[in-house]
Amino acid sequence: MSRIQEAFANGKAFIPFITCGDPDLKTTAEVVRACAENGADLIELGIPFSDPTAEGPVIQGANLRALTGGVTTDQIFALVRDLRRDVTVPMVFMTYANVVFSYGAERFISACREIGIDGLILPDLPYEEKEEFLPVCRRYGVDLISLIAPTSQNRIAMIAKEAEGFIYVVSSLGVTGTRSEIKTDLASIVEVIRANANVPCAIGFGISTPEQAKKMAGIADGAIVGSAIIKLLERYGTEAAEHVGDYVRSMKDAVRSCGGI
Amino acid sequence: MTNPNGRFGIHGGQYIPETLMNAVIELEAAYNHYKDDPEFNRELTELFNEYAGRPSRLYFAEKMTNDLGGAKIYLKREDLNHTGAHKINNVLGQALLAKKMGKTRLIAETGAGQHGVATATAAALMGMECVVFMGEEDTKRQALNVYRMRLLGAEVVPVKTGTATLKDAVSEAMREWTSRIDDTHYCLGSVMGPHPFPTIVRDFQAVISKEIKAQLKEKEGRLPDVVMACVGGGSNAIGSFYHFIGDPGVRLIGCEAAGRGIDTFETAATINTGRLGIFHGMKSYFCQDEYGQIAPVYSISAGLDYPGIGPEHAHLHDIGRAEYVPVTDDEAVCAFEYLARTEGIIPAIESAHAVAHTMKIAPEMARDQIIVITISGRGDKDCAAIARYRGEDIHE
Repeated sequence: MSRIQEAFANGKAFIPFITCGDPDLKTTAEVVRACAENGADLIELGIPFSDPTAEGPVIQGANLRALTGGVTTDQIFALVRDLRRDVTVPMVFMTYANVVFSYGAERFISACREIGIDGLILPDLPYEEKEEFLPVCRRYGVDLISLIAPTSQNRIAMIAKEAEGFIYVVSSLGVTGTRSEIKTDLASIVEVIRANANVPCAIGFGISTPEQAKKMAGIADGAIVGSAIIKLLERYGTEAAEHVGDYVRSMKDAVRSCGGI
Repeated sequence: MTNPNGRFGIHGGQYIPETLMNAVIELEAAYNHYKDDPEFNRELTELFNEYAGRPSRLYFAEKMTNDLGGAKIYLKREDLNHTGAHKINNVLGQALLAKKMGKTRLIAETGAGQHGVATATAAALMGMECVVFMGEEDTKRQALNVYRMRLLGAEVVPVKTGTATLKDAVSEAMREWTSRIDDTHYCLGSVMGPHPFPTIVRDFQAVISKEIKAQLKEKEGRLPDVVMACVGGGSNAIGSFYHFIGDPGVRLIGCEAAGRGIDTFETAATINTGRLGIFHGMKSYFCQDEYGQIAPVYSISAGLDYPGIGPEHAHLHDIGRAEYVPVTDDEAVCAFEYLARTEGIIPAIESAHAVAHTMKIAPEMARDQIIVITISGRGDKDCAAIARYRGEDIHE
């Protein structure tokens, strides 16, 4: 069992997303610790990219603030190395293929292993292109996370069969961002995933309230929240850690009660 | 040239969100079905000939030839097409394909506005809804084209993210496509993006080289020595090169926008200054920093102001079949003015990059040699900007 699967051992999982360096790396470190202390089961760390094509305006803004602040991949590696002295929660990187490719797949993924990153989420790397990084990920024991979308249909079983770590179920069409309503028939998608996968699945895109998180965790094994947390960072800046901590606790409380796996 | 998985050598591929995968798979299946369908090709040829005004002329630029004193120069007049650029070739093909697929809405990105205007035109003709994404910076540089698109019934969405230019318009069009796939076709304007777009767009633009080959054979009884075209994403260039790729005696030269020079940061010359990367659905060469952040490129030409290049060009560069040369703003503006004065033809500032490089090499070539330059579009849209570049304060 990889460390990622331990994230799903405490009831339904709550997975927060943070863009590293928004607004600076010191705040990122405080926010990560606040998430871990308040019940986050797995933490997604975004490495900012200049052109995040899968993100809505909120996370685009976070990417821009971080890059404007001058954050680099090497600085983020140093941040994680430092966090790993006391943070034991599983952590994955979320970034775009070019950030890994241009750094050098071998160099990037071996660094993930060395600093204690458990997985990699690349929204612009579909099943058809996963050979780009999968062999290197396997060599270093870093899970390459698969995404399944509302439009995946006949592809769900194929993707689920080979999935590692956990499966990221995209709740809605479009880009990341909070939504008042999620209309996709997620239950039938999760049913096909469960019939084919050996790993848990968590739902992301559009979740912001405890009620939504509870509903999603009722369908799947966990809920992922990005934009709602980024909005707290946008609002509170370097003072955001406490607010994010409170938010994470309320969300974990909401999903925890959805019953075991 | 395309492998089954959409690779050109190591370039190309499908680096896109899972949400779009079934859409591109559906598009590929539809394209493979219709590309050899006689009825589809009859309809497309009729649109090309009766609506867009094809075949476009291959014009012997006698004054320019005599003035430069070297190779014979022919101009492939894509500027004479309906809507004033080569973009209409691809758009008519994709719009017809989208219609056959049952799509009712076209979305597109545009830089200079030529592809946006062409898409709005095809949408009007075929009774489809149309939304065009355009960098806010470009909506200012090309205000007249924004009006043309609106006049044609399209909605123009100014994109404010990033550098507010062509790359951001592509990103925003991709985002829009992930949110609405069922009724919407993304009419991508260049030989870029995920497979099958680089192949589809090339095939619809290949009519350019097919015509050049036949027209030059009729006029000169032989192949050209050089085919010259400007390259941003590279659709008019690949269209001009395609039917000559198998003729090793024909030099293929793509002219990149060097902006203020390839030794400055204000450049868009991808092959000359970029390196291998993955962006906008494809593996190819991109202008980027050491951490893979896409660089804010610059060119006076909004249509060439893109940090990447189509994967087939990247491959032609790798195997040495085509050459990619940088041309600065200043050289392009001089060529813009030169062609206007010498031949009475105002080329698009994009196409002026190809004219500029011809002015460098033609005098060194023999008088019995032949250069064909693709004039990809007309320059009316650029007049105000070039006047401003020369210090004249005029507004459209």
